[in-house]
Amino acid sequence: MKRAAVLFISFLVALLSTDVSAQNFPVTEQTLANGLRIIIIEDHKSPLATFQIWYKVGSRNEPEGKKGISHLLEHMMFKGTKKYGPKEFSNIIQRNGGMDNAFTSKDYTVYYQNMSSDRLYLSVELESDRMKNLLLDPKELESERNVVLEERRQRYENDPQALIYEDVISTAFKAHSYRDPVIGWPSTIRAITKEDLSDYYSVFYSPSNAFIVVAGDVEPAKVIGIIKEKFENISAAVKSPVFSTAVEPQQEGPKKIYLRKEAELPYVVMAFHAPSFPHPDSFALDLLSVVLSGGKSARFYQNLVRTQAVALNEFASYNPLYSDPYLFMVGGTASKGVAAETLADALWTEIKKLGSGLISETELQKAKNQIEASFIFAQDSNYSKALYAGMFERLGSWRLSEKYLEGIRKVTAADLQSAAKKYLTEDNSTTGILIPVKEVRK
Amino acid sequence: MRRVVGICLVFVLSLACLSSSEALDKKEIKLANGLTVIHVQRTALPVVVASMLIKASPLYESADKPGTAYIASSMLMEGTTSRTGLDISSAIEFMGASLGASTNSDFTTISLSALKKDADRAFGIFSDVVMNPSFPEADLLRKKRILKGSLLQKEEDHSYVAQKRFMKELFGAEHPYGRLVSGSAEDIDKITRADIEEYHRQKYRPDQAILSVVGDISHEELLDLVKKYFSKWQPKTKDVVNNPIAAIKPLASAIAVGIDKKTTQATIIFGHPGISRSNPDYYAVSVMNYILGGGGFASRLMDVVREKRGLTYGIYSSFSAHKEPGAFSISVQTKNESADEVLSIIKSEMQRIRKEQVSDAELADAKSFMTGSFPRRFETTSRIADFLVAAKFYDLPEDYIEKYSSYINSVTKQEILRVARKYLSDENYLVVIAGDRSKMKLRNMQFFKDLK
Repeated sequence: MKRAAVLFISFLVALLSTDVSAQNFPVTEQTLANGLRIIIIEDHKSPLATFQIWYKVGSRNEPEGKKGISHLLEHMMFKGTKKYGPKEFSNIIQRNGGMDNAFTSKDYTVYYQNMSSDRLYLSVELESDRMKNLLLDPKELESERNVVLEERRQRYENDPQALIYEDVISTAFKAHSYRDPVIGWPSTIRAITKEDLSDYYSVFYSPSNAFIVVAGDVEPAKVIGIIKEKFENISAAVKSPVFSTAVEPQQEGPKKIYLRKEAELPYVVMAFHAPSFPHPDSFALDLLSVVLSGGKSARFYQNLVRTQAVALNEFASYNPLYSDPYLFMVGGTASKGVAAETLADALWTEIKKLGSGLISETELQKAKNQIEASFIFAQDSNYSKALYAGMFERLGSWRLSEKYLEGIRKVTAADLQSAAKKYLTEDNSTTGILIPVKEVRK
Repeated sequence: MRRVVGICLVFVLSLACLSSSEALDKKEIKLANGLTVIHVQRTALPVVVASMLIKASPLYESADKPGTAYIASSMLMEGTTSRTGLDISSAIEFMGASLGASTNSDFTTISLSALKKDADRAFGIFSDVVMNPSFPEADLLRKKRILKGSLLQKEEDHSYVAQKRFMKELFGAEHPYGRLVSGSAEDIDKITRADIEEYHRQKYRPDQAILSVVGDISHEELLDLVKKYFSKWQPKTKDVVNNPIAAIKPLASAIAVGIDKKTTQATIIFGHPGISRSNPDYYAVSVMNYILGGGGFASRLMDVVREKRGLTYGIYSSFSAHKEPGAFSISVQTKNESADEVLSIIKSEMQRIRKEQVSDAELADAKSFMTGSFPRRFETTSRIADFLVAAKFYDLPEDYIEKYSSYINSVTKQEILRVARKYLSDENYLVVIAGDRSKMKLRNMQFFKDLK
């Protein structure tokens, strides 16, 4: 995932810092008796809509030895119910001109369909059906387990940068379940049984542990009506989901790891434990990531890529919307002939500068403008509008988004300096270095 | 994520899937200097997006200087006669706007997204980078270094290595599509500042360019902006001289190329020459390809290789219908041990679609997806802007949007069989496999005995 993820995350980070209602797209919300929440965002510019159902479950909720179960269950959600056989879900959506997909994160699992707004009833019918009637056919499970193992090979095992990125996260956390990759480990993916999936499904795939976000050319009363009709009679799970992951203890010294792997260039990743929204420092941390890596005029590109030529590419990413404190991450690929340590030192120099002086008002304003503008651009698609509403709803309420831009606007240069001093420290750091080796083939 | 993002699907359908239900209210004008300007007003968001298409790509560059078009476009943002690269990026980023150039195998686009309130300032910079780049020598050296480094790093990605080899073997180094758009490291070393400057002088000309502007901007406002910033742009040479494109040599047999890599997964690319965008069979081929492997979970290849046998995370087929005939290819990654089995399935699905008609249900589903997904191609401002310039470049008819559904709905099962037989081959093809040879057990594949 990593390179794509980095881009995705920095994109998100910028966008995330946003206020869903800032463009005044009307929002309607309702909670059904079984606990299912519904959020509807109206945008009538074209006859399209997105339907998303969010389950508040991700890799953070997984038991030891079964890592990857949230993601494998996500795959199995496409493998049929009593009423709709395997493949039928996607076939029905595609036949109607729509596209459907799903993704699992550390905190949530989301299923979505993008389609003409007049076909929204199909999403409601199909999603309500698989919320309660999933088959989990053993033969399908074996086949899909292999698909997931192939996915793991494709996205991690054959990508040395993705592997070290995964290793850094696993090393930064020693207690919190954020340490495990969403996709799981090959051995745990193999260890998940049908019964495990079935139990997990019955606990977490409950209306009281889910919410629906619809965005697009829809009439709220009508949509709520059809959602009620299909979802109202699904009863909440008997067992309430129990979240019991450890609180990550304070890190008290730098951690450093290495990966030797066939690769062309060294690669460096650094992670720092950081609080999440709505912690007051989350706004400054978001702005710090933009100051470091928000484009070609930002510090990393100007200093590391352009002037010193120690990096070919660089990133700084911070997603404030994790449920628990997560990581502020930076890194880059070393230029040919440049040692990983040289790049790591250069990254440190930039990080330390943030703590040792105030950034200019112009630089601060530029970062704020980038966050505000990217929020507006994100409103262009129904999917991203719903996504951001969903990420805030996962933290309690989509309305929290209103606080984000407010928070960003209030940040001062002194806030940035103190956040850098507080979090971007050696004792709080985990550094990963990819050492390229060339395989000698017989 | 459950699915590989359907890059092939998106690519193949991107020009095809446009809605009949929603024609765009577009206005097209031509400035005195020959610049074509296409405008669509959308007021839902206070943003303006502009896309400038330039006929600069491997198709329009000299075979002994590959990469010139790519490097020229990547240098536009590095400085103009009145602005440094840092002036440009600082100003754009201060507005929260974005400005960038990209070159693909057919053309170059320079794209701008800005808030409405910044449209004038942003347009000033946008026009400046298109018309007056200064190609500073020091920045060129830097750009070449970064570009070569990125090419080196891409070698870590086995699917990139396989894809690069596939294109090279299929088209040959003398054909524009057989080369890397960016040029190879050796090509990049050969390109000088003078080459780029001359290239810009010849190819960046208003009478060959297409500009689309979409967003919260009225026609009058747009005319003012375009006149203010682009009316002084004049061609700097008399005639556009384009190089003749080498003909593609058809394949006369099955050819296998193996790249031995110590990986857990093999990347397989199977294919042969395909069609151009102007081919009259384009729509029938698109529907056929959707059924074969372009339609994601609705396709035969995905059904057999992933859904039934669990051998991959994703398998896709695509026709790269470019200005010139591009490749037809099937791409898949599977564990080394399954490579042989996946290849057999690909071969048998190729035979099947050439042997018998597709079912009524398959045809109906393909049509309903292709016509029904059409309005989604226009959801965002930048998608519209990109579509408008590409549609013009590929000479799509003026009523393309209105007619699209009828193009797709008129395709018959007989036609699909005809185009499958005409444009697909299960005998003369190229297979590139990058993976761990010792684990692949390919000996049963007769055609693979030539593994190099």
